[in-house]
Amino acid sequence: MERFGPFIALLVLFVAASLTSEYFLQVTNLLNILRQVSYTGIIALGMTFVIIAGGIDLSVGSMTALVGGLTILALNHFGPGAGAVVAGISIALLLGMAGGAVNGLIVTVGRVAPFIATLGTMAIFRSLTLWTIDAGEFRSNSELYGDFGMGLLWAVPVPVWILLVLTVLFSVLLNNTPFGRYVCAVGSNERVARYSAIRVKFIRFVCYVILGLTVGISAVLLSARMNSVSSSGTGLNFELDAIAAVIIGGTSLSGGRGSIIGTLVGAVILGIVNNMLNMWGISPYLQGTVKGAVILGAVLIQRTNRSWNE
Amino acid sequence: MDDFLLETKGLFKVFSGVRVLSDIDLRVKRGQVLGIIGENGAGKSTLVKILTGIHAPSSGRIFIEGYEIRHMNPELAGRLGVNMIPQEFNLIGNLNVFENIFLGREYRSWGVFLDKGRMRRKTKELLDELRCAVSVDAQIQDLSVAGKQMVEIAKAVVNDCKILIMDEPTTVLTQDETDILFSLVRRLKEHGTAIVYISHKLAEVKQICDDIMVLKDGCFVSQDPASELSTHEMARRMVGRELRQMFPPKSKPGSEVVLGVDNMVIPGDVAGITFDLRKGEILGFAGLVGAGRTETAEGIYGIRRPVSGSISIGGSKVSIKSPRDAVAHGIAYLSEDRQGRGIHTGFSVSHNTTLISLKNYGKLITDRAKELEKTGFYARSFNIKSPSQTTPLKFLSGGNQQKVALAKGLDPQPRIYIFDEPTRGIDVNARGEIYVFIRRLVEDGISCILISSDLEEVIGLSNRVVVMREGRIAGILEGDQINEEDIMFLAAGVGQSLSA
Repeated sequence: MERFGPFIALLVLFVAASLTSEYFLQVTNLLNILRQVSYTGIIALGMTFVIIAGGIDLSVGSMTALVGGLTILALNHFGPGAGAVVAGISIALLLGMAGGAVNGLIVTVGRVAPFIATLGTMAIFRSLTLWTIDAGEFRSNSELYGDFGMGLLWAVPVPVWILLVLTVLFSVLLNNTPFGRYVCAVGSNERVARYSAIRVKFIRFVCYVILGLTVGISAVLLSARMNSVSSSGTGLNFELDAIAAVIIGGTSLSGGRGSIIGTLVGAVILGIVNNMLNMWGISPYLQGTVKGAVILGAVLIQRTNRSWNE
Repeated sequence: MDDFLLETKGLFKVFSGVRVLSDIDLRVKRGQVLGIIGENGAGKSTLVKILTGIHAPSSGRIFIEGYEIRHMNPELAGRLGVNMIPQEFNLIGNLNVFENIFLGREYRSWGVFLDKGRMRRKTKELLDELRCAVSVDAQIQDLSVAGKQMVEIAKAVVNDCKILIMDEPTTVLTQDETDILFSLVRRLKEHGTAIVYISHKLAEVKQICDDIMVLKDGCFVSQDPASELSTHEMARRMVGRELRQMFPPKSKPGSEVVLGVDNMVIPGDVAGITFDLRKGEILGFAGLVGAGRTETAEGIYGIRRPVSGSISIGGSKVSIKSPRDAVAHGIAYLSEDRQGRGIHTGFSVSHNTTLISLKNYGKLITDRAKELEKTGFYARSFNIKSPSQTTPLKFLSGGNQQKVALAKGLDPQPRIYIFDEPTRGIDVNARGEIYVFIRRLVEDGISCILISSDLEEVIGLSNRVVVMREGRIAGILEGDQINEEDIMFLAAGVGQSLSA
């Protein structure tokens, strides 16, 4: 039951949505939902590793803005060609990993509680973004970059493809490699992991770097779609959506176990809920309330299931 | 009404089918100090926990001042004047002495405000009466261990303590502090407090107690006036029993030294120890709780960092900074704390078994089939009873969990296997199987260190026995010297070995 919970919730939601709105099942609407959730969904995939290892990262939204902004600066520096786009994207991925490494080092070497550490970097990343452009907007001069962001492959938006491919890759990484097993071991009981000759700090650190990489990817897709980055608005509340997708997907907030596919499902559930609220004409200001209720509900269901099991 | 403040009749306690206390009759009079001694696992702590209401007895009766108490609980015990000085103090570090003493039962003025003046005066009176040189306003965290213990005692006294239970009160004290504690005990005795005094230190027990009760394997052995009992006699009564025939015959170890530890020092735990382990040998480690055996093992396994000394494997010095290094050098360690350090209870049998050696099942992608095959092999050869290889360990019995933990250490194919209390909390059958397991490793040329508080086990399996006391090696016994009396004498520091 616990493992299938998110899938059942998705199914129920899907049926309810298709019954209450005739637009819901249209292909454009469905693709639109997937594209909308892909930016935070990709980050949520990385967040899954961090949460399973017993951590959290609140800085991902600010980091998205900073990495996206710096990428556009780099892109403009390199000029209009395709080579510049490739260079820009590479820089974005490296910057993302560097940002994750900063968080990872503060948590492991600095021994700061993940919540506090990333609360700090959340403020720092956002402030650096605002300072770099004087609270304005980073605008790209490259048309090619914008085309890439709006691009379709076999009628499916590029971000959706990347979300799906990463889901498969990360699922294998979590379930079929020594690294994935170590991540669960560290989150399940750090001390047992240490006695089992696992490099606990290193594993934690790598989880943050992976999350940073997904932030870099998301920053590229988002900045390319808009061909710009707002220093104040881009990535706002991304941490909320990413963490929510992980939790709704059935990953335990206390660490030790979780599912990448579940996180994808969690992200899609959030997307459908938003879509339904829009179609029903519910005030956008109330959408946060619904999202919050969904997160709390998911955690309560997890807790009930667990107390039954023990 | 008779004079007994505390009396029990026929106390039994059974934990998951294992009888840990049998038919204990205990009586303590006003102003009497009753010592209780026994080996680790003799049932002393269980008895204390029943008296203070933490555990309910499986059967038997408890009387306080002649009245039967049917349902004892810690809160009721406190109200009846039964107080315990725990080994780990129950004080709040950043509050001061009088705030701690009155914690939870503060004097109030007008029903709401704390009456600090009255609490301070009362505490001062109390500490003076106990002739205790602790300042009323000192913060607990600034006090010495002895000072904290005084505060615990004062706290018991302020709660109108009639019966005071002290569990190993002197393990953390220096000789001077112990003397202060004893004069305090004598004063409480004059006030008519009944005291139950539990300790491993036989000389101290003899010094402070009126009567001494000996427990062994949960059963009453004897109770005599302290004046009629020598410390040697006490040690003899604590251990005297016959070895059961559950140990496989000992094999003869080689002469090659596999592991050498030279003057290892871990501050606070291990004060310089030197020994070597030979190929195919079982080297027993005996000693009381807190003697530094586990700390020594953790020093070798890279969990604790020795500040000096060296470790050599196969004759060459090695540097072990982490369990990873230890595993790379062919060392395996079975922790005494199975659920807290040994296994992931939420992980399946196979995931636990292969956790240390996971990279052997594919560096990039784990070969699940190979993993299950290997786990199945261990399940068959060690008789691990589990519904499947994918069952989480929390659904298995302690004995089966322990076998998984043993297999986990064995899977990286170590040359040296350190067992720390391998049979703690395990039923007799699984215990026998684990002995055979250890014996089989030795035949395969693996060298073993066996840390155990179960003397029978150490004697029945070991080729040589290292006895530790207070972080040092008190002696290394061989051949006929390996017997319960000699080990206990060295472990408790009662004096010279009998057979030497």
